Amino acid sequence: MPTTPADVSEALAAYGYIPDDGLSTSVFLSMVLQRPLLLEGEAGVGKTEVAKVLSRWTGGELIRLQCYEGIDVSQAVYDWDYSRQLLHLRAAEATGESLGLTTSALEQQLYHERFLLKRALLKAIDHRNELPPVLLIDEVDRADDEFEAYLLEVLSEYQVTVPELGRFAALKPPIVVLTSNRTRDVHDALKRRCLYHWVEHPDFEREVRIVRMRVPQVLERLARQVAGAVETLRSLNLYKPPGVAETIDWAQALAAMGVTELDEKTVASTLGTVLKYREDQERTRQHGLADLIKQATERGFQPH
Amino acid sequence: MAVAFARVLRGAGLRVPLGSVLTFVSALGRLQLGDRDQVYWAGRATLVRNPEDIPLYDRSFHVFWMAAGAGDLPEEEEPLHITLAVDDDGEEGDDSPGSSEASDDPQITLRFSAMEVLRNKDFANYTDAELRDAQELMTKLRFIGPPRRSFRQRRSKRGRRPDLQATLRSALRTGGEPITRHWRVSGERLRRLVLLVDVSGSMEPYARALLRFVHAAVSGRQKVEAFAIGTRLTRVTRELNSRDPDKALSQASTRVTDWSGGTRLGECLRLFNDQWGVRGMARGAIVVVLSDGWDRGDPAVLGAEMQRLQRVSYHMIWVNPLKVSPGYAPLARGMAAALPYVDHFVEGHSMAAMEELAQVIAMDAPRARANGRGGSR
Repeated sequence: MPTTPADVSEALAAYGYIPDDGLSTSVFLSMVLQRPLLLEGEAGVGKTEVAKVLSRWTGGELIRLQCYEGIDVSQAVYDWDYSRQLLHLRAAEATGESLGLTTSALEQQLYHERFLLKRALLKAIDHRNELPPVLLIDEVDRADDEFEAYLLEVLSEYQVTVPELGRFAALKPPIVVLTSNRTRDVHDALKRRCLYHWVEHPDFEREVRIVRMRVPQVLERLARQVAGAVETLRSLNLYKPPGVAETIDWAQALAAMGVTELDEKTVASTLGTVLKYREDQERTRQHGLADLIKQATERGFQPH
Repeated sequence: MAVAFARVLRGAGLRVPLGSVLTFVSALGRLQLGDRDQVYWAGRATLVRNPEDIPLYDRSFHVFWMAAGAGDLPEEEEPLHITLAVDDDGEEGDDSPGSSEASDDPQITLRFSAMEVLRNKDFANYTDAELRDAQELMTKLRFIGPPRRSFRQRRSKRGRRPDLQATLRSALRTGGEPITRHWRVSGERLRRLVLLVDVSGSMEPYARALLRFVHAAVSGRQKVEAFAIGTRLTRVTRELNSRDPDKALSQASTRVTDWSGGTRLGECLRLFNDQWGVRGMARGAIVVVLSDGWDRGDPAVLGAEMQRLQRVSYHMIWVNPLKVSPGYAPLARGMAAALPYVDHFVEGHSMAAMEELAQVIAMDAPRARANGRGGSR
């Protein structure tokens, strides 16, 4: 367990994620106060990655729940394995075992834990490990309100009730990270239960460090150019300004091509890894690729 | 200290429930109080829940925790200029016509014929009392669009997918023999309705009317998101979600700082697309734009943004109250730029036109689009 936010910063950096002060404080608090952490921000700023790196660091199993509209208890918490239950019924009948049993005794056999299919939430609550797992509830804004209400219940008590079996409570509460792209507002009650952090695009120096860490083949010079170019792209009023994920993709593409310095031709041929809309690519070309590279190089090497 | 800070935040207009203050206090217990940054981030993680509130928090933090060096505060640009208080003037004063509503049957028939007249009257010529009568009429209209198939399934007598859970339950009753089989079919969900309402200049009475009617027609039945567009983009969904429409509207008007300013349609649509629409809010939704299409900005921007919005939406409807003006052709440059990306172009000046709008919204398959329809799940 970390004792200061700086511990968190160091640990995350050691496992491949470079957080800013705000994020490491939020993560620290969520761990010591045992509260879920809600991360909101643009797509591709590294929200999901936080949960993954937490799992690598703490050694807890990563349990991921991808939300979508219409997700319900049988997909997120638990379900009964009906086909096996039916088979069990038939088998009991065939061997004559069921003859001596009352209906309720038979029912008790069927609703036994071995026919229970644990889904992400129950798995995270009912873990039997020393290390609490990391529960990632991804894109919670895609689920609907009813599910959010249920989630609130689970996250405030860290327990789940299965009517046929009883209550499952977490021995050690899992580390919970929720992410949202903000396609709609997450309900206030759920937000109140969580600690909240708005994830921003990293600043220039941090982005350079991220590129160097994630794509070690890329040398300092190219990393600075790439980060500079991405910073310029973000200021162009694009439909989808590139996130860190795109920066890394781009750097990887450049590394794979053996590029050591940006030039117009390589930028033109790799632009698709950073900009995913035709209109955005056009706007960038109008802005001028040569200009982009020039600005990027200046940004990358200005004294600071 | 934490409580005092929470009060400062509340004073600045942030909603800070007690529970959050308690969390803040326990967070402070785990940190070094001497370290400003840690206190700052602890407060942000526990007391702030929307990115829009961050500037407010920053200012309050500055004032409260750094009172000594407050000289370098970022100057607040005083955003709240309410040019026009919506219909507060008439509403309070009309207790007298309101009292006639508590009358018996014969008078109701009388009132109804009065409403027939109302049906075709232009909203711009409405008095507030008439607006209210019309709103009553509107409650009967259903603004509900066609449903779409949901991921969630429900039980059914027949269907394609077996419902093993129900089958098993009944098998228990018949000694383990699955005699009665049960089925599941996909459920249906209502599509989201997104309103983008131009609140500038001449559009203002129509904007009021549309917001009111939509509020009356859908309240509690369908997901509705509402935005005011004008010189800036303002989300008014929360204000519209309260039960009392008048209160909701006066709340909305305090949010919207530009009733009757100029219009920058294209710019506002771009903001909407970037921050809300294309990210998910408008996907598979029914989008209604109310505007006369007078845009002070570049019509090319408006056209491009309309195209973007249409591509993700299920049905794109443009309501232009000026459409009925004799000899009106969409001459406004903005309107002309937007029209190619509109599935339905309707009037919106009167009750009768609102009924038509309701029908268009409820339409099952909007006009087939030339290049396929993106995004409608």
